[in-house]
Amino acid sequence: MLSDKTDQGGNGQLPDADALRSQVAEFLAAHDPGSAERLEFLRARFDAGLAWVHYPAGLGGQGLPRSLQVVVDREFTAAGTPSNHPERNGIGLGMAAPTILAHGTPEQKERWLRPLWTGEEIWCQLFSEPGAGSDLAGLSTRAVRDGDTWTASGQKVWTSSAHMAKRALLVARTNPDVPKHEGLTYFALDMKQPGVEVRPLRQITGEAEFNEVFLTDAQIPDADRIGDVGQGWTVSMSTLMNERVSIGGNAMPREGGMIASAARTWREHPELRTPGLYDRLLKLWADAEVARLAGARLRQQLAAGQPGPEGSAAKLVFARLNQEISEFEVELAGGEGLLYDDWTLRRPEGANFFGRNPGFRFLRAKGNSIEGGTSEILRNIIAERVLGLPKEARVDTGPWKDLPR
Amino acid sequence: MTEATASEATASEATASNTTVNDAASGGAAATGFGPGASGRGRPARTANLLYGETETELRAAVRGLLADKAPWRDVLARTETGQTCDDGLWHTLAAEVGCAGLLIPESLGGAGASYREAAVVAEELGRTVAPVPFLGSAVIATAALLAAGDTEFLPELASGAVTASLAIPFAAGTRTRPESTVRLDAPQRGDERGEYRLTGTITGLADALPASVLIVPVDSVPYGLYAVRVSEPGVGKRPLVSLDMTRQLSEVRLEQVLARRIAAGPAAEQAVAAALLAGAGVLASEQLGLAEQCLDATVAYVKERHQFARPVGGFQAIKHRLADLWVSVTQARAAARYAADWLAAGFGPETTMAVALAKAACSDTALKAAQEMIQLHGGIGFTWEHPAHLYLKRAKADSIGLGTADAHRASLDVLANLPAPE
Repeated sequence: MLSDKTDQGGNGQLPDADALRSQVAEFLAAHDPGSAERLEFLRARFDAGLAWVHYPAGLGGQGLPRSLQVVVDREFTAAGTPSNHPERNGIGLGMAAPTILAHGTPEQKERWLRPLWTGEEIWCQLFSEPGAGSDLAGLSTRAVRDGDTWTASGQKVWTSSAHMAKRALLVARTNPDVPKHEGLTYFALDMKQPGVEVRPLRQITGEAEFNEVFLTDAQIPDADRIGDVGQGWTVSMSTLMNERVSIGGNAMPREGGMIASAARTWREHPELRTPGLYDRLLKLWADAEVARLAGARLRQQLAAGQPGPEGSAAKLVFARLNQEISEFEVELAGGEGLLYDDWTLRRPEGANFFGRNPGFRFLRAKGNSIEGGTSEILRNIIAERVLGLPKEARVDTGPWKDLPR
Repeated sequence: MTEATASEATASEATASNTTVNDAASGGAAATGFGPGASGRGRPARTANLLYGETETELRAAVRGLLADKAPWRDVLARTETGQTCDDGLWHTLAAEVGCAGLLIPESLGGAGASYREAAVVAEELGRTVAPVPFLGSAVIATAALLAAGDTEFLPELASGAVTASLAIPFAAGTRTRPESTVRLDAPQRGDERGEYRLTGTITGLADALPASVLIVPVDSVPYGLYAVRVSEPGVGKRPLVSLDMTRQLSEVRLEQVLARRIAAGPAAEQAVAAALLAGAGVLASEQLGLAEQCLDATVAYVKERHQFARPVGGFQAIKHRLADLWVSVTQARAAARYAADWLAAGFGPETTMAVALAKAACSDTALKAAQEMIQLHGGIGFTWEHPAHLYLKRAKADSIGLGTADAHRASLDVLANLPAPE
């Protein structure tokens, strides 16, 4: 009955949470989570439009408001069904999927979105290069076309999950003779091929969340190009917007972030308390709570269909607070703060601040103002796009091949 | 892939070691008061709306239009050097044309029957213009005290603007502990009727008391009492003080055996004062937000126009980044101010106290930073008397002290957030 309503397109009445719940119940009646094989169950859930309800019908969703997703997730979690382990495929779900949805062909959506959502195919992002960090559009990885195949060569860096990934979002230079933003093309690269070499890149924390990726004549069928030739910059921007939303933009309860462990240590260890640290703690706690409210307000704006530019503030504040709170936490720990839990080169499946000691948080937080756009670049973006201040004078407007490097 | 839930603006149970669910949403002043008892922890049972509603947006437009017309900054500046620093004419217009004086007063008593959400929007606009009217002192603080005390005698006249009232507590008082009163009960005089009292004492540093025709005076008698005094009674003296912020000039009030009527006694009086100060601090946060936004807007506009080195100075990264940071601070302050306004509209309780503390702390810091950036980024002109920046700096600094400093509000997190102070 529910699908009848959605089939009516814009004329039908939107199903409410109760209708979705009964839809999940019907699905569970037909697919016993106790006996179903994990992947078969997840694929069936996708095919039933119960993967991400805000995606279109046929692509794992039903074209419903995003806010209804939580209803579905809650029902499936409560029933103890297999998980698609979203934490293992953050880039796939958070960045690749919306990019494919916005810029992919119908055939690409059909081919990539289901294995992406079920977790069969992990995605990574081949954007940054040693010579192109903030200046992403200046990147040098080349892709050259020969008939229906592109051949890509170059070095990418800061690539989370590359060692687990089946596919990568790749931006490469396809025309060096035009200004830098115009000569880029966007691809989905098959990571499991001889031309792709992944090496761990160790961070200041000792572990290697991310990698260096060397492309040597890697092959890409033209059918895996996302967007038109030369449109790579436009497509990249939609990926990066989703990245900034996913960093620092998540809903959380009071004391849900890094302030939690600092506050807990403060409560449990009266002997560590000093007046100077106390002033800092109160300020950090209040700032963290206000930042949380600002995030909640942003989501209320989105839900009310009044998106504002406030999202770009969230990541800046998140980075600053994480750094200040973790600095505080190490200092509060005193002698314990001089110790570190483990310098062994490890390969975590994602960034996780918890389960490690304060020293880890202190070091990992330094990345927060660099990854996903540095705080300096974000300030430029706010100044120019939100406040309308003049752009920097540019010296890089000529053909890419003539720019100093 | 879980999405934002509707309850995220609700405080979590993270700090709720006491599990009683407070009834802040049901309103009423029962939970209000000073001291730790007023701020016991509990899980709030509602989700705050942090946006501006349609009515609020319309109200803002009406107030903004009127202020643009009647309170240009040159007039505001000129008035600070006259003997009449409060703009009575503007206040009566705001009362009569927009209903600003009676926003919080029920319709049955001639008011607008609106809430703190609307009052906060008016405060934002008044902050944007540093307009010298007694909205905060009369329409918010004194009105909140009378409403909480359940005394309706003055409310219809307050709503119409015919009466302006002021709670006789120094502006620098915090919201956490009951301010000590410097007024005492005097012996009754011959002919005084039952229910009439005599007050004597001097209170200094009062905001919005100069235009007040009624004073609400707390007295540390036994029991603690709240008394209403008509300024027209013999024995009332007012002395203006040369103030840092002449757009909200402070004064000293001297009472010499002045006839007074008691409007509340004991816990009821104490709760009325606590509610009034808390409401005042919460609405003041919105005033600070409006002030900060105006400083940001004016500075952004200026650096786009001002040329040095043959470029608009706003194109220099040193300036762009400072303004971007200020904009970020304003987005944070706005969320906190709306959270406070929404919780005040719901009533008084621990989460309202928390919301006001967060808002007053965030907005005090942001408004001061905004005014300071306004001066610095305007360069030489910003340091002159003939530019409005100093009016904003003075208001921002005074507001950051009024009704509890940022520091004092954060200090209340010891109980509100269970963050105990060092021994």
